[in-house]
Parts: sequence; structure tokens; C-alpha cells
Amino acid sequence: MTPSELRQTFLDALVHVAPDAEPDALDPDAPLRDQMDLDSMDLLNLVIRLNEVLGVEVPERDYPRLDSVSHAVAYLEGALSARG
Amino acid sequence: MDEVIRKGPPELTPTLPDYARACADFSWDTARAELAGLPGGGLNIAFEAVDRYATSAPERVAFRFLRRGGEVEDLTWAGLREGTARFAGVLEGLGVRPGDRVFALAGRIPELYVAALGTLRHGAVFCSLFAAFGPEPIRTRMEIGAGRVLVTTPALYTRKVAPIRDRLPALEFVLLTGDPNACPEGTLSLTRLLEEATPTKEAAQTREDDPALLHFTSGTTGKPKGALHAHGAVIWHRLSARWALDLHPEDVYWCTADPGWVTGVSYGIVGPLTNGVTSIVDEGEFNPERWYRILDEQRVTVWYTAPTALRLLIRAGMDLPRAVDLSRLRHVASVGEPLNPHAVRWGVEALGLPIHDTWWQTETGGILIANLAAEDIHPGAMGRTLPGIEAAILARRGDALEPAPPGEEGELAIRAGWPSMFRAYLNEEARYRRCFKDSWYLTGDLARRDADGLLWFVGRADDVINSSGHLVGPFEVESALMEHPGAAEAGVIGKPDPVAMEVVKAFVIPAAGRAPDEALRAELMAYARKRLGPAVAPREIEFVTTLPRTRSGKVLRRLLKARELGLPEGDTSTLEEAS
Repeated sequence: MTPSELRQTFLDALVHVAPDAEPDALDPDAPLRDQMDLDSMDLLNLVIRLNEVLGVEVPERDYPRLDSVSHAVAYLEGALSARG
Repeated sequence: MDEVIRKGPPELTPTLPDYARACADFSWDTARAELAGLPGGGLNIAFEAVDRYATSAPERVAFRFLRRGGEVEDLTWAGLREGTARFAGVLEGLGVRPGDRVFALAGRIPELYVAALGTLRHGAVFCSLFAAFGPEPIRTRMEIGAGRVLVTTPALYTRKVAPIRDRLPALEFVLLTGDPNACPEGTLSLTRLLEEATPTKEAAQTREDDPALLHFTSGTTGKPKGALHAHGAVIWHRLSARWALDLHPEDVYWCTADPGWVTGVSYGIVGPLTNGVTSIVDEGEFNPERWYRILDEQRVTVWYTAPTALRLLIRAGMDLPRAVDLSRLRHVASVGEPLNPHAVRWGVEALGLPIHDTWWQTETGGILIANLAAEDIHPGAMGRTLPGIEAAILARRGDALEPAPPGEEGELAIRAGWPSMFRAYLNEEARYRRCFKDSWYLTGDLARRDADGLLWFVGRADDVINSSGHLVGPFEVESALMEHPGAAEAGVIGKPDPVAMEVVKAFVIPAAGRAPDEALRAELMAYARKRLGPAVAPREIEFVTTLPRTRSGKVLRRLLKARELGLPEGDTSTLEEAS
């Protein structure tokens, strides 16, 4: 999966969980939390969704690494390549 | 025989070592006499929380703020007095009068705590709104509360308040934190006002029955309810924190609740301060690793948290607690929804301590029922009434409510008159009256009491949803959904959830011409989240072609819930009449 496909997959998952997200308006480098309301249940649902579509298991301790679009894409890239 | 977790001898004598004796010796006059009281008479929460210790222990840390960026900011009692006296001076300068409502909409930042106590010092009424609310819950609550002043951050103002400002006629002053040169039109800089203010010399001469705190909660129907509490509540804030949370003066205490909810004020601000105890305030969002690190690094001794957070910690596994030193923890308590026995047992394994469930409501203002530090724990029990509090289980006998025998289920009722009892639902006298029957406050919770006097939670008597410990009124959610042109009708219930206890689920009949498809689902979810915020908006939407209704036209949420759970629907004709 290319970085831009992965980015799209992440944004789709975000919109699935929080349809109020406006992917085009999101600054990829700014914290998501400063741009929209996401609570811990949303984050949990986002991780579950990412697992469904990518098969990537995000452990609780890594949740902070999904705090912005860029960070999340980099993290998922790493997780996918580690899986091989 | 119920399961019992036996405790070893305590490290420190509990603040309530002998329950039976404390009950026998209890008097409200004694409880009152333990407060300082205003010079010249009267009672003021801020005076008890701030001035009292600013005189006796000025350099002691009242709040240790763990800021989002990782910085640590200590606020001493002397600093807190200076800040709150300045904030009161700001209100004075703006012409804010006793009883006027001052709202706050902010995360757990120092300014929020200063505003809360400064407002009380001034004699005005403080109301904090959860920062994750969307514009609609903010507007409704500020309208009911007729807020004259709002303290918030520039980002929250721009996103959530500016769009509704023209519909808040009572709102005169918006005070923004942060850079004084970055305040949009129609707002004032709190930073600059605090710098320029003349600190007020003394706390306002409030009396026990003067209004102090406003907290919103949700009912089954109608608008949110503004529960009003008086300065006299401090008698119980102090004593219940001391007893139920086993607070000792040398403790380091961490209440994880946000001041946007009642726990974050009664036990995140007033309870610890009036006991002279240092509090940790974590600005960041929930994160298991950081939370364990805080418990370890800040040497937390007493921790008050919530079942949803505990369940998320349980999910995060045992490696995290094993990697930190939690040996300083002495007492762990929980509130928000009934704590399941599994979580109580998990506490023993992960924290080395069982977790003490406590029970109370926005209306009760403080903890009334608790598992006590000095007693063994029966996992799953609510606990027992604190000394001074009388509870009954009332069962319906025809038209009357009568005390039920031990073991029988009924509505939990509390003998009215304890000092932190709510004094009104703002502008809704009839609704307030309906909460009382004879001399009892009816809690709306169903419970039973066993032969040993322990109370056990059974369920809610109404349709209010408990999601992550926050009460959500189904009507508020239904109303928001039905304002979307894609929804013709909506019925909202709490769907059982392993983490949040319940999540908000909506059943929606699409408007004529709209297909019940994914696009409409996403549109409705987005609309509801934007208006209500994630804590209130539905997390699940199911399209239906009809909604069960009573003859008078109310949605039969109980029937929706029974269907959701696959339970027998019962005799629907009875249900219709029971509306």
C-alpha cells in the first residue's frame, strides 16, 4: 500500500467513526484533537476499524501515536512493514 | 453467600474507622463546626477551600497541573488566593452581581480552577460545561442558566461559541484565556483583566442557602435540568471527601473527573481543597501508559476515577501496571456507574488494592453511599450510606410508596435535607417537586438493601442513558436528530457496551424520499456530533420503518431497548397505558 493509499484508508476509517471529520480541512501535522472532538470511545472505535480494514493491531500504549494524520500514517506504515 | 475481599490491617487509621459509632455520634451541627466559617458569620465555599489554608499553609501546593506539553505547574494556596481574589476583582469590575451566573468552557487548565473559586468568592454562581460538548448542548445550558459571563479559550470560542453567540442574549462578557492580543471582536482578555484587576479583600458574605454551583444533568424528557447547589454544600463536600475517599492531610490525591461534570467540581476542586489536600490535575486525555506513570511519578496516594477508565486500563493489560511503582497508593475509589465485580478484583491484582465504589448524583451534590476504607469489600455492592445520610428502598403499593423489606427491589430514596442536596432545578419548580415524596428525595435508581445494610444497584427507573458515567437524555438526542431534514422520527436508547456501560443508539425513520443508506447514516451522525459533541451524539444509528409509541405519542424507548436486547417485549397494551 502506498503512503497516499494508506493516508486515504486512515481518513476513511476516521470518517467512518466520526463522520463529522472533514478530511480536506484537516491539517495533517496538527493534533486531530485540536481540530475536532474525539473522545476515548472514538479512539477505541477508530483502532477497531483500522484493525478491520488493515489487519493492524494497535496496542493501547500506541494510541498517542495516532494523534495526527501524519503521525498515524507513519505509524501504520511501520506496523504494516513490520508485519511483512 | 456473596464474595468478600478481605483487607489486611490499614497502613493509616482510616478517617472513618468505626462506622457504627460515627453514625451514632453524628450531628450536622458538629459537621458544620468543623468548617472555619466566614469572619462575621456566613459560609462561603471559596473561603473554606482557599482562604482557610492560604493563611495556615500558604506555601503548600493546592494543585499540581500536568500540562499538555509535559510542563508541571504548581499552584500554592497563597497563589490560589491571589488568583481567585483577582478573578473576583475582575467580576467586580464588570459589575457582576451576587447570584449572577458565570460559565466556564475549558479543559483542565489552571484558569478554570481559578475562575471556579473566584466566582464563588465573589458570591456569583459557577457553572462549568464539558469542553467536548457541541454548540447545541452549550447553547441550551447557557440559555437555561442565563449566563452573563463565559470563561473559555480562543479555540473553543471560535469553534463552539461564536456560531451561537447571537442566540445567547444574556451573555454579556466573554473572557478568553491566552494571548491578550489575539482576542476576537466581542471578547475580552482574561489574562489582561487579571493583571489589571484589584484583588478583592474578602470573600463575599454568603450564607448557607445562597446559590453557589450550577450543574446540568439529563432527564428522560425535556431539556437538561440545571441543578442548583448552595454554599452550605461545602459542609458535605468536605466531610464526604474525608470519609468516602479516606483523605488525610498528607495525601497526594488525583481525581480524574473533568470539572465539566459534577465530580470534577465536588471532588476535583472543593473536596480536596477543604481538606487541605494536594491535588494532581492532568490536562491530557485518557491514556493508559501516561496514567500509570502519573500514579507512580506523582506518588499518588488516593485516586478517584471512573469505571469506563478502569475498563480501558483492564484492556491495556498487566504489563503497564507491572512496569511502575504503585506502592504509595492507599485508597482507590470509583464513581459514575456501578463498578462490576471483575473491576474490583482486577484492582487487587493490578494496583494491589480493591476499588471502592461510591454512589451519588448531580442532584445529591456529594457522595452519599460508599464502600468504606475500614471495611471489607463486597464486589458489586454500592456500599452503605455515610453517617448523617438516611436511605430507604421504596416500593409501590398501589398509589403509595412504602419502605420495602430487606432484599426486595425498589426505588432508592434519600431522606431530604442534607446540605449538598440540590435546591432547585433552575426555572422548573414543578419538575423539582416531582423528585420528592413526603420527606424523601427519589433518586430514579432502583436498588435493594441486604440484611447487612449494604445497597446493591439494580437499574434506572427511567430511560436516561449512562454512557461512560455521563448521563445522556434521550430526548435531547432525538430532538437534534429530528432537526435534520433526513430524519422523520427518532427514538434513542442506551445500548449495553462492554467499555462505556451504555452507548447512545438511535433508531431513525428516514424522511420521505430519503433512502436508509450509509450516506444518510453518515450525514446524521456528522450532524449530531457537530451539534451535540461525541459524549452526547449517537455512536450507532439503525434505520427503521416505524417506532413504537404510546397513545399520547411518546416514543416507547423501553420497547426499543427490549428489541435491541432480544428480550421479550411484554404486554404492549400495558406498556402503552403505562406511559
